[in-house]
Formats: sequence, structure tokens, C-alpha cells
Amino acid sequence: MAKVLVVTSGKGGVGKTTSTAALGAALAQMGEKVVVIDFDVGLRNLDLVMGAERRVVFDLINVVQGVAKLSQALIRDKRLENLWLLPASQTRDKDALTDEGVGRIIAELRAKFDWILCDSPAGIERGAMLAMRYADEAVIVTNPEVSSVRDSDRIIGMLDSKTVKAERGERVEKHILITRYDSARASRGEMLSIDDILEILATPLLGIIPESQDVLRASNVGSPVTLNNAASAPARAYTDAVRRLMGEIVNMTVPVERKRLMNRLLGRRAA
Amino acid sequence: MDAIAKATRQPVRMRGRSYVAFTFCPVVPLAGWLEEIDATLARSPGFFVGKPVVLDLSAVDLSQSAIAHLVTSLEQRNIRVLGVEGVDADRVTTSMPPLLTGGRHCILVQNEPKKPETKPKPASLVLESPVRSGQSIFSEGDVTVLGSVGSGAEIVAGGSIHVYGALRGRAIAGFSGNSAARIFCQKIEAELLAIDGYYQTAEEIDVALRNRPAQAWLEGDVMKIAPLN
Repeated sequence: MAKVLVVTSGKGGVGKTTSTAALGAALAQMGEKVVVIDFDVGLRNLDLVMGAERRVVFDLINVVQGVAKLSQALIRDKRLENLWLLPASQTRDKDALTDEGVGRIIAELRAKFDWILCDSPAGIERGAMLAMRYADEAVIVTNPEVSSVRDSDRIIGMLDSKTVKAERGERVEKHILITRYDSARASRGEMLSIDDILEILATPLLGIIPESQDVLRASNVGSPVTLNNAASAPARAYTDAVRRLMGEIVNMTVPVERKRLMNRLLGRRAA
Repeated sequence: MDAIAKATRQPVRMRGRSYVAFTFCPVVPLAGWLEEIDATLARSPGFFVGKPVVLDLSAVDLSQSAIAHLVTSLEQRNIRVLGVEGVDADRVTTSMPPLLTGGRHCILVQNEPKKPETKPKPASLVLESPVRSGQSIFSEGDVTVLGSVGSGAEIVAGGSIHVYGALRGRAIAGFSGNSAARIFCQKIEAELLAIDGYYQTAEEIDVALRNRPAQAWLEGDVMKIAPLN
């Protein structure tokens, strides 16, 4: 039974694309057959984070418009054979997406994959609406700051009203993924605490991804953080989140950098 | 140089205009017919007030003095006769209402004052899930939320608003002029509270009240906010 999962947030720059790539790769590593779809038509990024930007021939819009077949547009990951990417078009805009076309593609993908991850663009316009339209589950990526939390609240409201599931009277299962969490700053009270965020959003927590240089490093080399350095703190946090998505019960901890003390001692010498 | 203003000639403007009038058709005996009029007046005394009446005398053959008597009898009943028709011109003197011709039938539309419809009391609205940012809830009656109202959300109610959770958005109660409406919440962090047009923004709400259960109501034209415990 295929699951359609939308990764969304409302606000931009909170880590939707990074999280989509990391969650998709971690699911694939666990043996699931996964496709990640970039819905950010006109500003595509997922191909870069996945390291597939040089292999894009056809894209989502080509398939929506019937120019190409789905099998022609899907790009298989070079590292994980059960991870696929459906890239967005960079030359078009979100108006090229149609409800009917997206529905057809999702239905076709449901027959072939275990997980369909939709990377939503920022905002609440057409692209974001169609990314969440056919979702069974949603991961709402939130940073520990008020603007991000309020935008997430707005998106949760839309997941409860604008999706196909909501219109049928069913519920989209929602999860909060807190990213760019800095425990040191949170303890100093410079960030919203986890409790405050969950109290405002009244939605279960999927995971807490620490702020880390590893995330930037991984996206620069075009590799999902869970593949690039599986031992890093954010990679472990994403893996835990995926295990929770699969129904496992995993203790909620905030992974920290293991080599922090050594880095601090040795960090200056290299500089 | 003297200039003498010439009186400009003002042409007399005449326009045709038609009016709707009641037409009375008296029948013999006239005394009996007048009794009918009296009975109508007894039922609704103001029925003919301000309404022009034309006498159609074609069904009866009355002398000049009889017509004069009939007109006076009607005037005694506060019925003003606008004109007379269906009678020879020599029967009508200058002191009587003028003779009219060319009347046409028309259908009278009665504008009876409609009874004020008793409106059913507006139903109250109960929401079992949190109200998210950007959502706007509107109800003519009371609104009850079992959950929080997010920052950037809005509740507009004709009656009172009850929030069993944190109120972080806007609450507008009694919008249709109900100054008795109140706002209740478990935790007050509202962006704006309004009752019957009187409002307070977050900045004006006492800091000491923040995060506490509270209620807001109107006392005259002052909004009061007090903790609930």
C-alpha cells in the first residue's frame, strides 16, 4: 500500500528540500521503494540536493502535459537502486501544473512505489496546494522561531481542509519535524522551546534535527545528509524520524555532535 | 453706463401626470350605501386618510342638491372628493369637485405593513479542533472552540466566544450590536479582542493577564478584561 507523504512548511528556507532528500534516502536505505517529487516548478532544487542535476531530461511538467511518459522522467539514484527522483521544470512556472495531471501521476506512482514523497514549494499558492492535494501523510518542517511556527499552523489548517482526504471527510496524518534546532541557544532562551512549538501546533512530533554544518556540506556535494555521513547528528535524527514514520517507537532525543569537544580542542590548529 | 435688466419672460411649463384614485360608485338607497362606508371606517378608521376619491355617479340619477349633499356627507367622514364622473356637466356647480372624464381601470397594490418576522435564535457553533492560523470562523450565534485559536486566525461571532485552549488570534464577539456578548478563554494571548465594535489590541491588554484564563466583557463603552480565577 503506497503512501503519499508531503513535506511542507509554508515558510521558505526551513529545510523542506533537505528533509525530503534525507527522509527519502533513509527510507530507501531501509529497503522501501521510494520516489521523491519536486513540486517547486520554476525554482527546482531537489535535483541538486540529490546530485542528479546532470541527468535531468524530462520533468514533472512534461509528464503532466503528456509530452513524456512517467518512466522517461523518473531518474534512478546512483547510490540507492530503490530511490527515484521526479524533477521539476526550471523553465516553467507553477501555473503549468494541473490538478488532474498531478492526480494522474500520483495514481500511476502509487502502483509502482511504497513511498511517494512530495517536496512542496514555499507559500500557499498553486504549487504548494497541488503538492499536498493527494497526500495521505504530511511532514510539516518547522524552525524554532515564531514566524515559521505560525506559517506551519496555517499549513496544518490547509492540510485539514484543502486535501482530497479532507474533502472526503478523512484526515491527513500530520507530523512536525523541527529542523535547525540549536540546543545551546534553546537553553539560553534564544529560540522557541520544543514544548512551546508543540503546544502551539497541537500535532505530534516526528523528530528534531539539530543545526549542523553536515547538512550544508552534504547538499554542496549533492548527497542527502543521511547518505553522505550516516553517523552525523542530523543523519541519525533523520533516520530516527523515518523509523517513527514506519511505525517504530523510538525515544525522542536531540542528537548532538559527537566530536564537539575534540573539534573545540583541535579546531583552531587547522585555521 | 446704466444697464437696465430686462425682465426675462418665464414660459409656463405644463406637464401631464396621472394619479391613482379610489372610485366610489354610490347606489340607491344612498343612506344604505353611506352606512356601508361607515362600517368600513369602523373596521379601519384610517383607511381613506390621505387617499383621493372620485365619485362615479353613473349608477344613480342624482339632482344637483343631492350631489352636493353626498359630497358634504363624505367630507364629514374625512373623505375628500377629488372629482365627479358619470354625470352631466350642468349638474355640477363650481363649488363642487370638478367633473372628470377618461378614467381608466387599474389594479391597486396594497402595501400593508409586513409583520416583523420573528427570527429564530442563531444556532451556536462548536469546533472540536484547533483553529489554525489564517482560518476565519464566522457565526451569527456563539462560537465554542475545543482547542486553541492560532496566531493569525480570526473568530467572528454574533454572540459570545468560548475558547478552551489558548487564544492567540483575533476574537470579535457581538459583531451585530450585541453588547452583552463576552469572550472567554483558557489562556489569553490574543492579538485583538473586540465586543460590539469596541476593541483592544495585544499591546493594550495588561501584561499581568497574559497566559492566564480570562474573560472580556463590555461595561458601557469600556472593555474590561479580568482573570477567571
